[in-house]
Order: sequence, then C-alpha cells, then structure tokens
Amino acid sequence: MGQVVIASRLSDGLVVFLRDKADPSGGAGNGRADWVLQLADAEVADDDSRAAELLALGEADGAAIQSVVDIYLIEVEEETGQLRPTKAREAIRCFGPTVRPDLGKLALAERALAAGN
Amino acid sequence: MALLEKRDSGAVLIVDRYSKVEEDAATPESGDVLVSLERLEAERESLLARADSVGVWLRSDQSPSGLADDLGKIELVALDFPVFSDGRAYSSARLLRERYGYRGELRAVGDVLAEQLGFMLRSGFDTFEMASPNALEEFATIPKEVRVVYQPTGDGLATATELRLGT
Amino acid sequence: MYHYDEYDHALVKDRVAQFRRQVERRLSGDLTEEQFRPLRLMNGLYLQLHAYMLRVAIPYGTLDSRQLRKLAYIARRYDKGYGHFTTRQNLQYNWPKLEETPDILAELAEVEMHAIQTSGNCIRNTTSDQYAGAAADEIEDPRIWCEIVRQWSTLHPEFSFLPRKFKVAITGSENDRAAVRVHDIGLIMKHGDGEGAGEAGEVGFEVIVGGGLGRTPFLGKTIRPFLAKEDLLSYLEAILRTYNMLGRRDNKYKARIKVTLHETGAEEFARLVEEEWAEIKESSLKLPKPEMDRIAAHFVPPEFRALESRATAEEERAAGDPAFASWVRNNIVEHKASGYAIANISLKPVGLPPGDATSEQMDLVADLADEYSFGEIRVTHTQNLVLPHVERSRLPELYDRLLAAGLATANVGLLSDIICCPGLDYCTLASARSIPISTQISERFADQGRLDLVGQMQIKISGCINACGHHHVGHIGILGVDRKGEEHYQIQLGGSASEDASLGKILGRGFSADQVVDVVEQLVDVYVELREGDERFIDTYRRVGQAPFKEKVYGTA
Repeated sequence: MGQVVIASRLSDGLVVFLRDKADPSGGAGNGRADWVLQLADAEVADDDSRAAELLALGEADGAAIQSVVDIYLIEVEEETGQLRPTKAREAIRCFGPTVRPDLGKLALAERALAAGN
Repeated sequence: MALLEKRDSGAVLIVDRYSKVEEDAATPESGDVLVSLERLEAERESLLARADSVGVWLRSDQSPSGLADDLGKIELVALDFPVFSDGRAYSSARLLRERYGYRGELRAVGDVLAEQLGFMLRSGFDTFEMASPNALEEFATIPKEVRVVYQPTGDGLATATELRLGT
Repeated sequence: MYHYDEYDHALVKDRVAQFRRQVERRLSGDLTEEQFRPLRLMNGLYLQLHAYMLRVAIPYGTLDSRQLRKLAYIARRYDKGYGHFTTRQNLQYNWPKLEETPDILAELAEVEMHAIQTSGNCIRNTTSDQYAGAAADEIEDPRIWCEIVRQWSTLHPEFSFLPRKFKVAITGSENDRAAVRVHDIGLIMKHGDGEGAGEAGEVGFEVIVGGGLGRTPFLGKTIRPFLAKEDLLSYLEAILRTYNMLGRRDNKYKARIKVTLHETGAEEFARLVEEEWAEIKESSLKLPKPEMDRIAAHFVPPEFRALESRATAEEERAAGDPAFASWVRNNIVEHKASGYAIANISLKPVGLPPGDATSEQMDLVADLADEYSFGEIRVTHTQNLVLPHVERSRLPELYDRLLAAGLATANVGLLSDIICCPGLDYCTLASARSIPISTQISERFADQGRLDLVGQMQIKISGCINACGHHHVGHIGILGVDRKGEEHYQIQLGGSASEDASLGKILGRGFSADQVVDVVEQLVDVYVELREGDERFIDTYRRVGQAPFKEKVYGTA
C-alpha cells in the first residue's frame, strides 16, 4: 500500500502524476516536481510523511507554474507487478473510461510503447 | 479597495465620503454616514432629519421594499454581494431603480468582480467598491465585451427586439 | 427553424472573443483556477475525470444538417471522434483541450451555436418536444416560445447568479414528450376554456413550477392554469425574481425552486408570483406581436407534398422483412402530414454507450436529413436522434442506409432504449459507473423478438444522486452509489416522466454491479407473467404493486 500525487493538467485536463525529479526511487528529493502521464511512472510514497512531502511538493509546484490543478493524494497497491488505485473512482481516472478502452491511459501507454519500438 | 463611479466612457475613481457605522458604534453627530437597515429602522427620525447625507447598507437577504417611502431622503443605497455568486442584489437593484424610482447613488459592495460589472450596470448600479488593483482598466473594457442585450431593464439600452422593430 | 439575425450573431461572436481573452488570462497565470472556474463553467466547460468536457447547447433539440456536420467536424478535429447526446438535448465533448476551446466556440458560432449557460446557476437550455412541428397531436409548435425564452434568458443580467441552476421545458402537445413536470418551470400549450382560463380557442400556456429530480425529487405544481402568450416573458420574470429573492442559498441541496415551492407552499408561492407579475405585466416585457410573428415565421412547416397516407413500398417491405417491420413499429411515429413519418434514430445499439455518436455517424445523419427530412434533425431527451419529416414511401431506403451504419437499432421506447448519464466513466460527481450497467442490460436483451414481446418500457440509470439519468422517473430506475469505495446499485420501480408522471419507489436493499442485470431480468419476467392485455410494465406495476416484484427478487413473501 502506498500513496501517489494525482492532478489534472491545465492545458488539456489530462490526468498526471507526480515524480520527484531528484530521486525517483523514493527518499527525500530536492523538490523538483515532474508530472508524468502514467501511474507506472509516478513516485509512490511508502509512508504518510513521504506522502505529505510529495503532496507539498506537488502543491507548491502547482501554485508556482500554474499548469496543474486539483492536486491530491490517492492510495495505490501493487497487484501482480502493476500499481492500482484502491478506489474505483481513482482506478478509472488512472486507466481511462472503462467503456472506451481504446481512449484511456492504457491505450496511450500502448501507443507510446508501439511508437518507441 | 477602490471606489469607482460609472461615466459615459468607463469609470473614474472617487473618494468615499461616507463613513460606515459599525454595528456596536454610536451614530456620529455629523458627517455623511452609511448605516445598516436595522439602524435606519431604529433611528429613522433622527437619521432622516440630518443635514448630512445618509446611506443605507443592505445585506443580500434584505429586501429593499421597506425603504420605498424614504428613498427621497436617502442618497446612497449600498447592496452587498457576500460572494459573487449570491445574485440577490441584482433583483434589489432593479426594484430600487425600476419600481421605487430611486435616483440616488446605488453602490455594489462586497465580492464585486470585473466579470460581473456588465450585469451590475444593466441592473442599475452606478458605483462599485472593487478589490482588484486593475479595477479602472477592467471597467473600461470588460463590461463592453458583449454588446447585444436581449432584456429590457431600467438602463435604457435598446434591446435586440427594439432594434429589430425600430421602436 | 430559427436563424440568427445580425444581433444574435453579434452576441455570440462577442461572447467567443470574451472567452478567448479569459482563457488567455488563465493560461498566462493572470487568473487563478479559482477565479477562472466560474468563467469557464459559464461557457459550459467542466474539468472531468480524464479531461475537460465541453457541453454545447442544442436549443430545444433542433439542428440542421449544417450544424450537425459542424458537430461531427469538431469531434474529429478537436476531440476523439465522437460526442455524447445528453438528457437535456445537448451534446458533450469528452476530450477538448482548454487552449482549443475558444476555437471550438468560434467554429460553433459560425453555425449559430454556442455553449452559453450550459452550466452554472443560471437559466439553462430550454428543452422541448423532439417531435415539435411534426407531431400529429400538437396544438402549436412550442419551439417558437423556446426561442423567445432562449433570447430572454441569454446573459440575463438579473438571473445569472440564481440560488441554483434553472431548467425550463415547453411542450406543444398534451402527450408530454418534454418531461415538463420534472422541470423548474414546465409550460404546456393549451386552449383557453372561455370560462376564466383564457378566451375559448385562444392558445396559451399552463404554467407548472417546482418539478425536479436529484436528491429530493418533486413533481411540479400548476401555479397558473392559463397564461396568454404575450405575457410569457413577464410571467417568467416574475417567477424568476421571486425565486432569486426567496430561494435558499445556505444549502445547495435545498436551493432548487422545488424546495422553495415546497417550503413556501405552492399557493403562497403562486400568490407572490402573481403579486410581482401585476407590477411588470404591462412593462416592455410584453411581447410585441411583430416580434412574435418574426420568430414564428422561422418555424413555418416545410412544404409537404400531397401524399397518400399509405405507402406501398413500406408495406411490401414490412411484409417480407421482420427486422424492418420491427423498426417501423418501434422507431416510426405518426406525422401530422399525410404520407409522412417521424423517424427515430436510436443511439442505443447493443453493447455500446447510450447517446454516443461518432463523427461518421453524425455526418451520415446530416446527409440523410438533407436527402429525406428537409435538412432537419432533432435530439431527444431520451438521447436519440430524429429525422422529423420523412416520406413513408422512402422509409425502406432510409432504413437500409441506417442499417449499414449501425444506426437502425429498432428499440425506441423499448427496454434497451435506456437513458443513462456518463457516470463514473467520465463524471467527477459520479459515485458509480452507469454505462456498463446499461450495456450489460442491452446485451442481455439483445434479441429483437424478446424486446418486442416486453414492449414499451423505460429503464433509466444515474451514476449518482444528482439524477442526470432521470432514474426517479424510470419504470425501472437504477441509481449507482458508492459503498466504501465500491460501486453499488439501488433499484426503484414505478416512475414515469410522461403526462402520467410519477416518482419511483425503492425496491429494497441494493446490488453489486454484476447482480443488476439479473435483477432487471427477474423484474421483467414478473411483469411478463402478470400483465393483462396490452399493459405496459408501468401499468402492471401500478395495478399489482411492488410485492410480487419484491418477492421474486428477494425471495421473501
């Protein structure tokens, strides 16, 4: 069980996740926020104090650059090697409308992978 | 906080000559005062007999109908927007202007935002207490951004219907 | 249909320029999100679960082919190739970019459309009968009055910050296809009776106030049995002013006019409105006849050809093609002109989201409208499309064209013609998903023979208590709720939004997502078993009550 900072990107409204640029593996970073499109690339806080730190970093960045809005923490857990939010609402935010699997985040990730190959 | 007065083109900054009498303070002997509706009701005779000007401040949940008889002696009515989304003062303003024939100063106070100036002008307000540092500049441009009006109000602007029919 | 004149065009253009400036100020950081949110909402732009959502107004559900093609183009160019038709006859785009919305609004303005007042605590898009101007049972085309209300309510200086959103619906027929009793104001066109309620033969409005769904559903109450046409705007202004001053602002769940009416009492509310109206009845709100005539002239019916009422081509095809016969029986409605028909195009195909249409489908429907229906299209509050004026003899070819595009589902008014909000798949307010429930039901009841056997039936699904999917007025209503982070569904029975309007009653404890479709099937089985004659589901339910349904589902006597 861990926590991830989620937000919406101002320019297009897409869901983004926070990664601490300085130290993506966890631990105290130097406060350089990076917003990524895939939950898999997000930084997971293992405890509440790191979660609070990440949230503060995200909020400070949001206030400074004004390019992300609606910043908050969600709970995630690892399930067969994949991160998954514990609440239905957040899972739908992270992976896209379940009724249009061709349009959501998973499709986006697959397209990115295909383009990378 | 800036106080703006509408002019034919835009607005000018004016000095607020009224002192607002807070709830627990005594009414000053002289000078122009802005009082609550409760105080006006309690001290009606002495207030309306003053040589100096009297203004009344209405909360958004207070109807202006009780003022109708005294409007000849009141020189300022201030209508409050506790938040910009509380739109009761638009109705109060129109009633004061269009039903009770009030011709004195009608001031918008509280959460007065540039984007709502157009609606306030149409409803009959003529002075505006604004927090924005760019209030004058905003006043000069924003209310004129949409130039067509469909609804007849007391502001005398010709509506689309009147323009179509040439009336 | 109505076409903008120079004034209407100027207003919408000004509004686009104004929003462009507001977006620029937001993107440059000049406006904060807090300051910008109310401004974008006033142009129908929401921030939803995955992206922005732009709600485009389709005034009283009427479109011409040029407008529908533009909607298709916008979906393709600025979105992901589809749009969602809503229960308020509007269209929602699910993926617009903030930086491109001013361009989208400019594209809309080119075809006399906009997104003004599709959100916010103001007077929303006025809805109407989707068969207006074509229905055989119509007294008068209600869209004339919808357009008059549209103009009056657009950027109304006094009523842009009401206690809560405000919805008006107008029907021109006694058969209420506009759900007027569940609107803040519902207007029914009717003839005066010559005995106090209008001159005999004069056409006016019955005024109903205070209906609404949501957390506390109410059916509206008649506060004036007859209102003359010329007094429409002064009377509306009196209602709105009374509500603006009186409506609660301390609790958003008690702020709709239905609660004002309930707390004040309908009689007292009516008295206050009449008192206010007496003051403004003779003001410049009184509609000048030339303006009424000008707007009415936009709604003169097209020139229908003189045709035989029966069409051989249609009858021959129906005799040999049961699928076509089902489509005619379910999707085709009688037209006021002899030899013509109203053709419903179902946006409820088996297994797909209700109300969605792709750009290709929208383009096709626009072409078909040009070829078969004088270029006119309607959007229904049940989230389907309509070609209002089709020659009966051409129905077979129209059917073939629709069939090829997956648009010939023959289920209008039937069980799988489900009203459904976007739910938790898109909406930030939702508690549970609604579209997957709807697609499961349509898959379970995919067989046309079974659908036809079950007959007229309304299932309505909302993903939260706000009731955008009208679950309170479904014969079967399904409400999604959040139970400790998991989706859960309550079922209610016996609602109706038509002239026999009623609110449904909760059946009992709720169900998980994978149980709902089985429960629906059980409910349908009980009805089929108990129905007498040509009773619809709702008729049987009203006759036998909830007990047999409860017993089947919960196994309790």
